[in-house]
Amino acid sequence: MARDEILRRIRAARVPAAAPAIRNYNRTGPGGVELFAERVADYRAIVHVVTDVPAKLRELLPGKRIVAPDVPSSWLIDGVEWLRDPLTIDELDGADGVLTGCAVAIADTGTIVLDGGEAQGRRALTLLPDYHVCVVRADQVAASVPEALARLEPTRPLTFISGPSATSDIELNRVEGVHGPRTLEVLIVT
Amino acid sequence: MGTRNPVTWLGSPTFPKAAREALADTQLRQNLRKATGTIRGRRAAAVAEMTDWENLRLAGEAIKNDVLSRLDTLLVQLEEAVTARGGVVHWARDAAEANEIVLRLAREAGTDEVVKVKSMATAEIGLNEALEAGGVKAIETDLAELIVQLGDDRPSHILVPAIHRNRSEIRDIFQRRMGISVSDEPAELAEAARRYLRQKFLTTRVAVSGANFAVADTGSIVVLESEGNGRMCLTLPETLITVMGIEKLVPTWQDLEVFLQLLPRSSTAERMNPYTSVWTGVTPGDGPSSFHLILLDNGRTATLADSVGRQALRCIRCSACLNVCPVYERTGGKSYGSVYPGPIGAILTPQLVGDMHDPLSASLPYASSLCGACFEVCPVRIDIPQVLTHLRAEAVEAKGRTAESIAMAAAAWVFASASRYERAQKLGSLARFIARDGRITSLPWPGSKWTSSRDVPAPPAESFRSWWRKNRGS
Amino acid sequence: MKVALLATCLTDTFFPSTARAVVRLLERLGCEVAFPLDQTCCGQMHFNTGYRNDAESLARKYTEVFSGYDHVVAPSGSCAGMVREIYPEMGVSAGPMYELSEFVVDVLGVTDVGAWFPHRVTYHPTCHSLRMLGVGDKPLRLLRAVRGLELVELPAATSCCGFGGTFAIKNAETSTAMLTDKMKCVLDTGAEVLSAGDNSCLMHIGGGLSRLRAGVRPVHLAEILASTEEEPWAHATP
Repeated sequence: MARDEILRRIRAARVPAAAPAIRNYNRTGPGGVELFAERVADYRAIVHVVTDVPAKLRELLPGKRIVAPDVPSSWLIDGVEWLRDPLTIDELDGADGVLTGCAVAIADTGTIVLDGGEAQGRRALTLLPDYHVCVVRADQVAASVPEALARLEPTRPLTFISGPSATSDIELNRVEGVHGPRTLEVLIVT
Repeated sequence: MGTRNPVTWLGSPTFPKAAREALADTQLRQNLRKATGTIRGRRAAAVAEMTDWENLRLAGEAIKNDVLSRLDTLLVQLEEAVTARGGVVHWARDAAEANEIVLRLAREAGTDEVVKVKSMATAEIGLNEALEAGGVKAIETDLAELIVQLGDDRPSHILVPAIHRNRSEIRDIFQRRMGISVSDEPAELAEAARRYLRQKFLTTRVAVSGANFAVADTGSIVVLESEGNGRMCLTLPETLITVMGIEKLVPTWQDLEVFLQLLPRSSTAERMNPYTSVWTGVTPGDGPSSFHLILLDNGRTATLADSVGRQALRCIRCSACLNVCPVYERTGGKSYGSVYPGPIGAILTPQLVGDMHDPLSASLPYASSLCGACFEVCPVRIDIPQVLTHLRAEAVEAKGRTAESIAMAAAAWVFASASRYERAQKLGSLARFIARDGRITSLPWPGSKWTSSRDVPAPPAESFRSWWRKNRGS
Repeated sequence: MKVALLATCLTDTFFPSTARAVVRLLERLGCEVAFPLDQTCCGQMHFNTGYRNDAESLARKYTEVFSGYDHVVAPSGSCAGMVREIYPEMGVSAGPMYELSEFVVDVLGVTDVGAWFPHRVTYHPTCHSLRMLGVGDKPLRLLRAVRGLELVELPAATSCCGFGGTFAIKNAETSTAMLTDKMKCVLDTGAEVLSAGDNSCLMHIGGGLSRLRAGVRPVHLAEILASTEEEPWAHATP
């Protein structure tokens, strides 16, 4: 009933057809790993450009309880207590951190995008632990927002992450660290 | 109909009256000046980085116009896509209908508490109050909304509802309501909010959100945020209820590429906001197992029927127009008597209310000097000054005969004839005899409104046209 | 070049020296200036206050009065904006209309008008010139070419002065708050003269400065551009 009435009101408004959008904005950009690294760092994420992921992880993770979805087995280094699904909310909340890959990254905006695919797991895994280590391959870095969206499957649950959790709610200035992970460490693999 | 639209707050005075009180609050003015000054500069820098900004604005405008021109088809398409992916779609003609649906869903989920992601739609319909009346407590999780809620306050900004509070006022509210001791360092205040809400996130079974965008062809819903409270609400509870204005659509996934660039830079002056969540219906094993989407009209279809006013429905709630508005900067948001303050509020609120006999609504389109700064920054190119003057004409029509309308008619009659105009000019020029030192410092009402703070120059003995006639003939 | 002057009702009545300056300037630059005596008001006050029908009648009157001219010039960004941008919104089409600085720079192609004005000047760009017409830095280019003139930058120049026509009456307190900040910026420059391309804004800021007995003189751009060593600007006396 409400549905029919709203649709009827919309039709009664008789809005004329609109001219199609002209997409003459930039579809791409300079892109590249360097720009991505610079822009992620702008948002106070910690950035490492590495060739050997396990070696870097051996510097970062030993002694910690780290959640790991289906990451490559070479990332599961010794000396770390690896937590694997199924995990309860409390178990996730009690972890020291989480290690994932990503689906796509965006150089222009310093963004990483998770889609729940390989090496990423469900959304809660990257939300509750206070520390997120995300591994980005150079070939995953798209230059621009349009390029990144074209690479993504919209019906998957997506999370775009640009730096650690932050807020602008106090005097309209950005402060890092509210509910999401307060430390974001990005490993860019070249 | 018959029930009042809660988009305006019951008992709010007209804008000039509320503004007068707000202007007397020097702390408020200081807070606003600091916050809007900061964000203006940062927005300008974030936009200057984009060489294609004007093209993005044009595309944003065109996409939204397209949405408005085939809203019925796109809504049905969205409904089909969401339903196909396991979501349930509801339609609400007005605030009361939307509130009832949310309350019923909360009860069906067996909860008396819901967590909320900041959402303008739910603020517009007064959802928290309606839930409270139905025995369900709504917990705001956005930092600024939490500050407003704990301070028993009202929001004064679209993006940062507590913009009128500075850090030390926020500290005082937190200490009083959370029973903690905390400094006024923003980082410590953020930490306090994190601790305060953590258990709520982990245990609450129902969440309520709004939506920044909905993609018609895929059924995907998009929420942009900063703190991670959104992700908490959108991911952890079993049931998710999203209330969305019917205009929040984009036709295709590709269209988002425009808005994901326009919105963060216009809003928080960031290249990208920290977190954006996109979900489509229900994903087994990831996030809520039950998803409800409520499509809200509440005055939008009436707005759509106005050929000039409908452009307000392009709004993506970035609040750039508030931040640059010289009126907003001085009066603050609460003077607008609605959850939608500032320039966009001045054109959106009266249209959603839909009654220019309402004194507050009729006063809002006049809450502007028509300086045009809002139009300049609007990412979807809403010509706010144009809509303001359009709505002023509606307000004049609704008011009928007033002292002002009689004076205006008299002025128009004088201006309609050059000889009448010239006679009036000569008569007016006699005012120079009440002037001292070439200035008039006091006039009777309504001129007293002018001379309360400004002098009037004494009219000269000879108008330009007299000079012309004498020196150039005709 | 033949050009018609829309003096605007405010300038015609209160600031005739500005209109005389426009005539002098344009004639010096080789124009033949006409002033159709049937002109009254462009209808902006009626339009902006919500009196559409009255505004439309005045718009039609304007088109009758100015129909025979290829170029119309107004020493006012807001009145020029009314004719050029708002008349079409009301379904009234008017001929070419220029704000003074646009006409001089774009149509006449001149930035150095041969003016002399030995004073310290700050310039308020006025909202409608800036945002409705988009005159950009044309007034500043004209001022920079004036001999003897010291141009000082106005802080927060693009902020509205709070005039806004009937806004100054209907929301007098808010308008005054905006005016106060604008005056502070003007006084901070240490300028002797505040200039603008619109007498309405100048009347507002000038009215505030006069109340403060601040001693800063509001002078329309046209009067500065008309001033020469042979015939220098003199403060108009009523």
